[in-house]
Amino acid sequence: MANSEESLLACHDCDLLVRKPRLRTREKVVCSRCGAVLYSHKPDSVGRALNFSLASLIVFVLANAYPLLAFKLQGQVQLCDLISGVKELYRQGYWELAVLVFSVSILTPFLKITSLLYVLLPLRFNRRPWRLAYVFRCVETLHPWAMTEVFLLGIIVAIVKLRDIAIIVTGVGLYSFVALIVLMAAADAALEPHDIWEQVEVER
Amino acid sequence: MKSSPPTAARASLILCHACHLLVQAKSLPPGCKARCPRCGAKVYLRKPNSLARTWALTLAALILYIPANVLPVMTVVSLGHSEPDTILSGVKELIAANMWPIALLVFFASITVPVLKLISLTYLLLSVRLKSRWRPRDRTVLYRITEAVGRWSMIDIFMISILVALVRLGNIATIEAGPGAIAFASVVVITMFAAMSFDPRLIWDVVDNAEHEVP
Ligand SMILES: [Zn+2]
Ligand SMILES: [Zn+2]
Repeated sequence: MANSEESLLACHDCDLLVRKPRLRTREKVVCSRCGAVLYSHKPDSVGRALNFSLASLIVFVLANAYPLLAFKLQGQVQLCDLISGVKELYRQGYWELAVLVFSVSILTPFLKITSLLYVLLPLRFNRRPWRLAYVFRCVETLHPWAMTEVFLLGIIVAIVKLRDIAIIVTGVGLYSFVALIVLMAAADAALEPHDIWEQVEVER
Repeated sequence: MKSSPPTAARASLILCHACHLLVQAKSLPPGCKARCPRCGAKVYLRKPNSLARTWALTLAALILYIPANVLPVMTVVSLGHSEPDTILSGVKELIAANMWPIALLVFFASITVPVLKLISLTYLLLSVRLKSRWRPRDRTVLYRITEAVGRWSMIDIFMISILVALVRLGNIATIEAGPGAIAFASVVVITMFAAMSFDPRLIWDVVDNAEHEVP
């Protein structure tokens, strides 16, 4: 189905029509009018994104299984897991905050990694997963709501605030969480969504 | 520019926002329930009711911005003495403790970003409403920045969730969340939705239409 529209790209920010040139590795198409990046050629986009996503899933499990921090004051020790803040907010009656923090720091990253794996794993072996279009649309919708890197800054500010009054010990969970941020960012950087969409057949 | 630039709208093409397929406007059934033939998302020439939605969300965020800054976001209870903290007093404490880099980070994320977001959304809305043709490219960049930085304001909320989990040592010290945190989190989430519902192509429609009228 090589009709004329398919060699055209439209800018999502200013609606300009741009002819899609033949790209060499790591070149990208930038909108000449507003500067938006429309398409970038990424080598082995699916394979590399799959590897990073698999690694992300492993460190996601570790980040949830081990404590992030320990807080020591006057002989008392308090451990903090990734989910502890959510539980404590809920216990204090702030369920809205508990739901929000849980969604953007745990649930959305988890859904994003697993749905990306659901899409990429079959594609890697030249199979098309069931409901590919729907699942991949979800991945893209979830994207702005996975706030792991912002959460890390929240942890750092909390550590700095408590540094003078107590002893803070960092745990395996925290290092896994940092690795999760790096690997998820690497998966995003490796993936070109257009490459996935081209795998979806157009019903006419 | 003498000749008007080719746009998807002028070529009767609609860009699917989800999968970036260009769909022929004629091939779609009339009415608002047109779906993308490739990914099944709803397709529309411009985001529906973009201006009205963005205005409503921006105003809601503006109103909530007041309790977000006036009410305490958390309270430190230590040895029977309780001390409420607002967004601003949290930054002041960091400055007083000489923790400059972190103080600047929190000031930027919790105070500068929400204020700038509200101002830039209002400005973008007004500029489209008043059919401004002034520097559309810069306004598009402003939009992209507004959309990208919003999430960083959540730092304070996450910090509170860590503090309440760590500091619960009975009589010695506990930290409790405060109602200001709900208002503040709402401002962040609502402005994120506001930025998402604004359609930057409206900025360019004004420019394109003006060029079309004056040959
Ligand atoms: Zn553009
Ligand atoms: Zn589509």
